[in-house]
Amino acid sequence: MNYYVLLKMVPDTVEELEVAPDGKSLDAEMVRLRVSDSDEHAVEEALLLKEKHGGSVTVAALEAPEVDDVLFTALAKGAGRAVKLAGDWGAVQSQAAARAMAKFLAPNGTLPADALVMLRSQAIDDLEGEVGPYLAELLGAPYIGIVTSVTPDGAGVTVTKEFAGGLRGEFSLPLPAVLGIQSAEKPPRYVPIAKVRATQKTAKIEVLEVGAPEQAARFPVERMYKPEAAGRAQMLEGSADDIANKIVEVMTQNSLI
Amino acid sequence: MSAGILVLAEHLKGALSEITFEMLGIGRKLAGELNVPLSAVLMGENIAGLAAKLGAADRVIVVENPALALPPAATQAAVLKTVLDQTQAALVLVGGTNVSMGIGAVLSVRANLPFVNFCKAVRVEDGALLATSQLFGGKILSDVKLASNQGIVSIYPGAFPADAGKSDQTPPVERMEVAVEAPKIVFKKYIEPDTSDVDITKQDVLVAVGRGIQSQDNLALAEDLAAAVGGAVCASRPVIDQGWLPLSRQVGKSGMSVKPRLYLALGISGAPEHWEGMQGARVIVAINTDPKAPIFDGAHYGAVADVLDVIPALTEKIKAKRAG
Repeated sequence: MNYYVLLKMVPDTVEELEVAPDGKSLDAEMVRLRVSDSDEHAVEEALLLKEKHGGSVTVAALEAPEVDDVLFTALAKGAGRAVKLAGDWGAVQSQAAARAMAKFLAPNGTLPADALVMLRSQAIDDLEGEVGPYLAELLGAPYIGIVTSVTPDGAGVTVTKEFAGGLRGEFSLPLPAVLGIQSAEKPPRYVPIAKVRATQKTAKIEVLEVGAPEQAARFPVERMYKPEAAGRAQMLEGSADDIANKIVEVMTQNSLI
Repeated sequence: MSAGILVLAEHLKGALSEITFEMLGIGRKLAGELNVPLSAVLMGENIAGLAAKLGAADRVIVVENPALALPPAATQAAVLKTVLDQTQAALVLVGGTNVSMGIGAVLSVRANLPFVNFCKAVRVEDGALLATSQLFGGKILSDVKLASNQGIVSIYPGAFPADAGKSDQTPPVERMEVAVEAPKIVFKKYIEPDTSDVDITKQDVLVAVGRGIQSQDNLALAEDLAAAVGGAVCASRPVIDQGWLPLSRQVGKSGMSVKPRLYLALGISGAPEHWEGMQGARVIVAINTDPKAPIFDGAHYGAVADVLDVIPALTEKIKAKRAG
């Protein structure tokens, strides 16, 4: 089986996010990008599958700041091939991103018969929905999301999907297919920086031209803003000891001690 | 031209999901403001009995078919497309849940309608529909105008009161015959949650840990605190994904919804997916090093501090208090 993992760079929400002066987009100056969490899990799941059942792992991403580091990291972890789709993709929404990826995955319109495409179920900046279902729709392949485990079963794969409240469901689907990964069966592996640096010297990222990005958004954002807090926590100040004392007070007031 | 609102009634294991009533509530309000009818669409296998609970809608469109037993998103989108075509509805509301994920996106392609994800507000302003999408872990909101008041909107669970979508009235039911292609994705079985572990939904006090706990070794601190206070340890997704705690301890969208008397959110930023599972807690105390963490917008009490400093101090104080 050939595993294709699609990576997306998203703003790191640990950092402060600011709205740009146009009031309709994020202030790019303030944004630090990182790979989407569940994409990292998708890479891990693909590597686990390859190690257990054979096959190959290809990682691919739209060109973005710092995406090379992410692609080299995936290569250092064990991916066999890394592909970057060239272009200024800054403003593209999910459907356009899916069309670009489809050109790489299926230049003739259909996925290879043994392809399993894996990517995040959702991204934190995905105003327009999810790339996975769009991609599956374009490629005529089945799609299922919120997947937490994948097992090859002859002609296809059996997957576990999360619902809610700890309830999960098992589904089977034929190949080729597109999976939205929520988390891998093991936490994403760590790879030392030194190994990534070494990979940068020996491996290459393939740069692919798939045509100019479609810049037109399907719908424009009227206004982007920070939420006004409905309420704000009453802040407990002081040292760790002071804070602990105040929490004990709160617990006492609420008859919890 | 706006000609009605469709709500996709979500159900699982024979019961309607709470999100269905949340959508009917906001759908009812929008239908009133736009002066259009509100229809609920109920699809599945042997589900007609659920229609009686959808009285907040002006009518319930029932599509029953054996191929619709836990169908994939694409199959549900295909049925919805037929219903859209036949009803000429303009706005479709779907649940922003794991169960309904993907339906809006596929329908958006097939019906050539815009799809706005993660919506926590939908309102009519000067006759135009505006949807507010909650992005970047709850840190940024985006208002999107739906041209011609047409589109598909996924509704964030917990964004609207479910009570507004509950009604004792018996709605008119219309059965619609829709040809359903056998889905390529086949449902095999449910995997029930592990019940051998502590049931975190039944605890009075929960010590919830997030990324701020930093390592598996530090979990012992949280366990000590839970033991001192007489509660249990639970966690947000990143901790569960690291394998530090079992799935049965996860609070949030995929995990448990909890309503303890006290929820200590320790090193949890308060992403919407987590908030969804703990917003019903009576008292929420949050500790985080990031003063701008969204958790402080919803918590009752907060402190900007390192949880690794506060947890041991708090454990000692509680022990002393109990001993004293």
